[in-house]
Amino acid sequence: MAFPQPRPQAPQLPQYLLKTIDCKQGAVRAVRFNSDGNYVLSCGSDKSLKLWSVSRGTLLKTYSGHGYEVLDADSSYDNSSICSCSSDKTVILWDVATGQVTRKLRGHAGKVNCVQFNEEATVMLSGSIDGTVRCWDTRSRKFEPIQVVDDARDSVSSLKVAQHELLTGSVDGRVRRYDLRMGQLHVDFISSPITCVCFSQDGQCTLSSSLDSTVRLLDKSTGEMLGEYTGHKMKGYKLDCCLSSKDTHVLCCSEDGHVYCWDLVEGSLSLKLPVGKAVVQSLSFHPTETRLLTAMEGRVQIWGAEPEETDEEAMAT
Amino acid sequence: NMASDGDGDEDFVTYGTALEPLEEDEPLKKPVPLHEQTVKDEKGRYLRFHGAFTGGFSAGYFNTVGTKEGWSPSTFVSSRQQKAEKHHARPEDFMDEEDFSEHGIAPQQITTSQEFSSGRRDEVQEKARAVSAQAALIPGDSLLEGLIAPARSSIGVELLKRMGWKEGQGVGPRVKRRARRQQPDGGGRVYGCALPHAGSEDSEDDGDEEFAPENLTFAPKDVTPVDFNPKQGVQGLGYRGLDPGMALLGRGAPDHIDLFNPGGVAGQVDVYHRDSMSRYDRVLEGEEPGDGLYGWTAPQQYTQTRGKSRDSSYIGKILEGFTLAQKPAEEKTIFPPPTLPSNYRPVHWFRPAVDVSHLSEVSPALAEALRTSRGHMIKEEPQQGGRHQLDSDQRRTLLGEDVLRGPSSVMELLRPEDRERLLNLRNASSSPSIKTSAPACHAASPASGSTASSGLQQEALAVWRGIQTSSQTFRPFEKNPSKQVRYELYLDRLKQGDKDALEQSLDPGLTEWERSRERDEFVRASILYRPSSSSLSSRFTRAKHQDDEDCVEVNRDQEGDVDDKQSAVKVKMFGKLTRETFEWHPDKLLCKRFNVPNPYPGSGVVGLPKVKRDKFSVFNFLTTTESRGRSQLTELTQCSSSSAPPKPAEPGKRSRWDVSDQKEGQQENDPLSELLSAARHQAEAKLGKSSAPTLSAERLDAQQGSCSGESHHHTSDVSTRMRGSIQKNDGDGEEEEEEEEESRPPMDLFKAIFSSDDNSFSSSEVESNDEEAMKEEELPNLFNITSSVSSSTLTPSQPTGKNRQMSILRGAISTCSPNEEEALRKRSKEKKHKNKKQHKHNKEKKVKKEKRMNDFCSSVLR
Repeated sequence: MAFPQPRPQAPQLPQYLLKTIDCKQGAVRAVRFNSDGNYVLSCGSDKSLKLWSVSRGTLLKTYSGHGYEVLDADSSYDNSSICSCSSDKTVILWDVATGQVTRKLRGHAGKVNCVQFNEEATVMLSGSIDGTVRCWDTRSRKFEPIQVVDDARDSVSSLKVAQHELLTGSVDGRVRRYDLRMGQLHVDFISSPITCVCFSQDGQCTLSSSLDSTVRLLDKSTGEMLGEYTGHKMKGYKLDCCLSSKDTHVLCCSEDGHVYCWDLVEGSLSLKLPVGKAVVQSLSFHPTETRLLTAMEGRVQIWGAEPEETDEEAMAT
Repeated sequence: NMASDGDGDEDFVTYGTALEPLEEDEPLKKPVPLHEQTVKDEKGRYLRFHGAFTGGFSAGYFNTVGTKEGWSPSTFVSSRQQKAEKHHARPEDFMDEEDFSEHGIAPQQITTSQEFSSGRRDEVQEKARAVSAQAALIPGDSLLEGLIAPARSSIGVELLKRMGWKEGQGVGPRVKRRARRQQPDGGGRVYGCALPHAGSEDSEDDGDEEFAPENLTFAPKDVTPVDFNPKQGVQGLGYRGLDPGMALLGRGAPDHIDLFNPGGVAGQVDVYHRDSMSRYDRVLEGEEPGDGLYGWTAPQQYTQTRGKSRDSSYIGKILEGFTLAQKPAEEKTIFPPPTLPSNYRPVHWFRPAVDVSHLSEVSPALAEALRTSRGHMIKEEPQQGGRHQLDSDQRRTLLGEDVLRGPSSVMELLRPEDRERLLNLRNASSSPSIKTSAPACHAASPASGSTASSGLQQEALAVWRGIQTSSQTFRPFEKNPSKQVRYELYLDRLKQGDKDALEQSLDPGLTEWERSRERDEFVRASILYRPSSSSLSSRFTRAKHQDDEDCVEVNRDQEGDVDDKQSAVKVKMFGKLTRETFEWHPDKLLCKRFNVPNPYPGSGVVGLPKVKRDKFSVFNFLTTTESRGRSQLTELTQCSSSSAPPKPAEPGKRSRWDVSDQKEGQQENDPLSELLSAARHQAEAKLGKSSAPTLSAERLDAQQGSCSGESHHHTSDVSTRMRGSIQKNDGDGEEEEEEEEESRPPMDLFKAIFSSDDNSFSSSEVESNDEEAMKEEELPNLFNITSSVSSSTLTPSQPTGKNRQMSILRGAISTCSPNEEEALRKRSKEKKHKNKKQHKHNKEKKVKKEKRMNDFCSSVLR
């Protein structure tokens, strides 16, 4: 008599609201997990960047130094520094512990939409409305970028870095992938302005959301479309999309106040998470667990696979 | 500290540091044990006292000869290959650093040895040495030593001693005390250093005077060496402040005190002058002549006499060996610069070249002078004076270099008609001296002919006659070789003094009008480019490399046709059609930071490789076919719609028009694109008859979409604003828009297939939009620059020709692509509503478009 084979657990979805944080920093432009998922960065329209603890939902630090609303942020792999970008055309490198500005980098001609560290946090890459991606060296004291990537014909709305590859999405409707190792630029024409691009966790696919209310999963090497996810509404806002931590689902913000969650393979809508009435501005998926961050107006919500009650009870007892 | 307080302690004097007063309740401090009492030297190292305060020296760690870390033996390694060097330990190896210092046992610096030390001679030691010398092996050992030993006394001292001089006596002839007493001195003169003239010497002398016999002489007193004090303070040498004590001496104090006898060490006059308060007037009183004619405002004679008296007073102080000059030094005469004439203009005139060889009538001396002064090219035998007398032309001929090509005047750069005009101006203004200037003005008219410009011809003849510089003349008609040849012929004739040079050199084959025109030009040119300026202009040369400003850098690999991609996207055929790969060069440092090897080591290029293209190519201005048919929504709205500030225009946006051949070739190869192009041809053939309205529609479309397109910054700004304004009436607008979006492809398909319907539709639309187009034409030019055809988000479906092609395409392709079938099914379902909707749709569109235009206008004007 053999034990029944353990049934493969159905992939869980972050459908339970665990916590709501009122950030008190105006509209939250972007919300990001740090590299290990224990902390949250929220970019506010009141020029501040805030660091929160996920488990307690408490404010840990406020980073102020931007001259206009903060649009994106990223934390380094070792949590020692944070980079953020803002409408004031600057990119700032912060020291996490002291909250001091380590470096303030000017050079973009317009507001900076997105910023990202590379894997070793030796380079910050920032994409701006001026159509350029600038690569800033965190190791040197120079204030000039290492390289200015100006291939985009329009605003660079999103960029991601994975290993030796740089993925940018631009409003000119193209997803560009720069392969540093091969020295090649691959341009995928999507036609509609790109709002957000992502690498899949396995690094084989790219995900791109565009203003034709479609999220597309493209094969990285050939550019063929592997999946198309529709149903949400994305027509005028720069909203985020992402993949779940195990690449099982595709998630995307929507202007109708929901987060749409599709099954990656089947393309069927598996969850329509009601976040609120307004536009879901930003979202971020936990790097390992089933945990989701959403930002709407001035609030950040944390969603999990299981309801929080057990935790709270444990805390109470 | 000296502590003396109170009356009771008056008798006691305390030395040293007082102990802190003991407090009763404070626990007694434990005395610091001896080994913990530490003293540090100037380098912060611990010092330990050994016996006396300064006497002993530390011997390592707690008097073990080690260190705190312990004794580390020196390593000794020796092998057959590498023999260890023999290491001789010297005593210095075991000494401390202090031992090498000045007061150590083995000083390293040069110090005074005992022999030379200024201390008292150690007689005991000397004696001991003498004794030991006696006891030595060689009895007279010290003799040897004495030979090498430095002489203790100089030869002068020895000599003096021979002469009977004794230590402690002064040097000099023996003197009688009295005689010295009788040396002349003024009433109040004082000798010596110290002012309180302690007349000890005097008094002594006074005492001696009584009993000294007449014939007895004494050795002079020894001069005590002057005690030099190191100079302190920043005052000058010999400065001493006013001594108030001196003031008390009043007038009795001498005017100035000489340190030495005037006869003794001479020259030390004013330097050691000691001032005293008594020499200053502290009371204001009229001590000058009573007439008040003194001071610097006094009449001449006063000051002059004053000067003289100063001279005479100076005589006493003249340094020895110097006498006052008998006659004053000759005054330098300064010649004033010549006064310039009132009509002088500071302009240098270059003298005209004088060809000496042709001035046969002048004297040879003058010719020589002219030749050397002018330095103008004369092809005679090189001068005898050596290479420094050669001028540049002669050197050139010696070196065998080529003659620099003629003048590149500004005039050459002008267009001929401009040059003409300038010439006219010049002739009109600059040659009033020429009598025939008035006819020269209308010499340009062909009617006046050669007679009118004969004056000019005369002038030209005068200028050119006999001039030999054939090769250096300016070639004004270089563009027209035959004309230039004629011109040169004309010049040659001029040089020969030919009167009708002009007529002979003209080409009879030309028409009368042409000839008269040429005649005029030749005369003008010959006067304007007269050879005198050629010598100067020959010093300049043309630029070897022209600035290639006409080129701009554009990307080497251009993007492929966007329409094809667009259509591929429409049918969701991502992959080969939408993917393009370029060579991209990452920065060297970026590769390093990303920990990847540089894919193009040694390439200096960063980014996409660039090539130079013609700057003024049409293609650089015609941007983007890519934006056709789809939105150029630059600014993605954030939650609160924020309007971005207008960005500064980016220069040098690259053209993406010219598609590289290679790319096209590539696309030709793959079957799908062949299919696409075939389909397009088909579509074009079909649409051929409706081309006229299509064209106009396209044009309209272009204007409509002009807000987007090339200038992205404008696009972004405008489009956001437009969206903002649209969002206000979202309620009704958005639904329609969506509807439109969905219904568009089937409509296009429908129309494409039944093109008769299309005709009516597009023409009607054109009509309806005609006045709008007119309106738009009045918009700022800025937006009309672009010829790119695009529609913004707000005009999602303009049925342009291209769109139609694509829809046909889709029709063609849909048969073969399986995932299109579903879409087709959907479309056919919607097609039923189509006709019904068509009319309404059309109307709505018109209304909407008008609204949009208004919005657009307002947003532009805002």
